[in-house]
Amino acid sequence: MSGTAGALWSCAPAVPRPVPWETPSTASRASRDRRTVKAVDDDARLLERLRAGDEAAFVALVAAHHDAMLRLASNFVSSRAVAEEVVQDTWLGVLRGIDRFEGRSTFRTWLLAILVNRARTTGVREARSIAVGDAAPAVDRARFDASGAWSSPPEHWVEDAEERIGAAALSTHINAALEQMPPRQRAVVTLRDIDGLDSDEVCAVLSLSQANQRVLLHRGRSQLRRALETVLEGGS
Amino acid sequence: MLLWGSPMACQEVVELVSDYLEGALPRGERRRLERHLAGCPHCTEYLAQMRETIRLTGRIVPGDFTPQMREEFTELFRRWREDEDEPL
Repeated sequence: MSGTAGALWSCAPAVPRPVPWETPSTASRASRDRRTVKAVDDDARLLERLRAGDEAAFVALVAAHHDAMLRLASNFVSSRAVAEEVVQDTWLGVLRGIDRFEGRSTFRTWLLAILVNRARTTGVREARSIAVGDAAPAVDRARFDASGAWSSPPEHWVEDAEERIGAAALSTHINAALEQMPPRQRAVVTLRDIDGLDSDEVCAVLSLSQANQRVLLHRGRSQLRRALETVLEGGS
Repeated sequence: MLLWGSPMACQEVVELVSDYLEGALPRGERRRLERHLAGCPHCTEYLAQMRETIRLTGRIVPGDFTPQMREEFTELFRRWREDEDEPL
């Protein structure tokens, strides 16, 4: 069956790498999915229908995860078109391997791990190692005095930031700040803070250690905070 | 033995807040940081800004799943089904 399937899909790699199906390290994650219980339940129900061959269930699953998948794939490849191909290729892999999903991780963790695997096979931007050396400090050193105390302390905007920026502009500014980040940092921040994965899931999906995940998250979040501060305080 | 540890500088706090929010600071570090926060309104403000940043990042508007995408994936599914049904 899979021998003939590849020929139909020009975007599929001729020899797909083995997919990281289930590993002990991703076990018991199902209950820790930070999305609503409903979202996880929905996945499980759709998956059951998909296994029975339900086309509508497939499309509903795709729709539910498409945004996160496209964003994640974009971290590894150079164009949106290629990212879309990676997403399609991932779903094809899911269809072919559906019986191998045992439900020990959430469906989403499994899905995104397959995606990253495919994206890395395809990607031209993949970094082989994370540089976790020196990076810009979370806050410009010039804002502290010699003792390390604030000389230019943060202003108060936490209560009305969303109102002042506006929903549409907020997305624009956050996306612009994400765009500036190195791909892995962006991947960690978006998976955690936009898609709502927990740290274990992110480590499983991106093959990161907890320590590196935290470093990348710290840098990314600090950068996003600076971006919001710049918008809200009208300077840098 | 240093029961209380040395005081923490603001500049150090801003590098540790993420690990603090992650619950990943060793107990001693966490205590030093919390002791600093208790006496420093600026770092308390900074921590609040980090929390708000996380919340606002989660508010960005997701991309649309367009009718064209729906069509493409429906097509992908049908082609896969046909392929599955083919005798080997």
